[in-house]
Amino acid sequence: MNHTAVAQGPNQHHTSTGLPMFKLGFWVFIGSETLLFGTLISTYMIYRGESVTGPFPKDIFSIPLTTFSAFVLLMSSLTMVLALAAVKRGDRKLGMRWLLTTAALGSVFLGFQAYEFTHFAAEGLTMGSNLFGSTFYLMTGFHGAHVSIGVFWLLALWLEGLRGGLGQDSAVRVEVCGLYWHFVDIVWIAIFTFVYLFEV
Amino acid sequence: MAELGTGGNDTIAAKEQAGSGNRLYWLVALVLTILTLAEVAAVHIPALNPVIVPILVVLSAVKFVLVVMFYMHLKGDHRVYTAVFVAPLTLAVGAVIIMMLIIFKVLAYV
Repeated sequence: MNHTAVAQGPNQHHTSTGLPMFKLGFWVFIGSETLLFGTLISTYMIYRGESVTGPFPKDIFSIPLTTFSAFVLLMSSLTMVLALAAVKRGDRKLGMRWLLTTAALGSVFLGFQAYEFTHFAAEGLTMGSNLFGSTFYLMTGFHGAHVSIGVFWLLALWLEGLRGGLGQDSAVRVEVCGLYWHFVDIVWIAIFTFVYLFEV
Repeated sequence: MAELGTGGNDTIAAKEQAGSGNRLYWLVALVLTILTLAEVAAVHIPALNPVIVPILVVLSAVKFVLVVMFYMHLKGDHRVYTAVFVAPLTLAVGAVIIMMLIIFKVLAYV
């Protein structure tokens, strides 16, 4: 077997640096996403404690629930990296299993977020109720949208595996999906600390 | 036969390498879990209240770095990837730090 062909794959164009264009471009995209979430977290921080009317964060945050959902997302990063390792060594079935597990954990996280948003809305916190509501929903909503896109991406890769794809030549595409997923995880690491734990 | 033998050894070596890599991923997951629990415990200890902000920032920064280095593989990957990630990250973190300094009244509004 031609190892060069396996390592590079059919869809991997290289830049003048010799690095895969898709992966390098995606790192640039992640860099821009860092600025987006940096802005959203900064906006939340600057308006923190400035709300005149309730509900206030201390009234409605449930730290045990959010800790568990943060743990779920952290574990999904583990399953994602295990999926990539399996695909890289040509174990397609195991790779698919880990991809599906990652998508399932991402869905559980989204379920927690949906429950949290519903609960907060029932407590009277909406986008228009106060500064906390506006900045909180904007930031966590953007994050949730990113998780949703990640879940669809993971399922698309899993379906590709069902159709016989996801060989070793797909490793870079799985790796890039993994980069996106881990980025979503590190954003939540920051949100969990700066938004939730700072309010305890 | 010699080729077959070499191939077999390669396969065993690859499996061993994959096994040790996976162990590292599980170990990182364990450390991330412990750090998360430490964060939650720290906010519930009244004695730590005066220093809770730096404690939380350091713990979350360690979690962040662990994921980036070991799960996103920046530790062993090409430095160009690190550069295109760290440059905007520095800007973003700088913005967050300035906002926090403003909130804690260290800096005044211009």
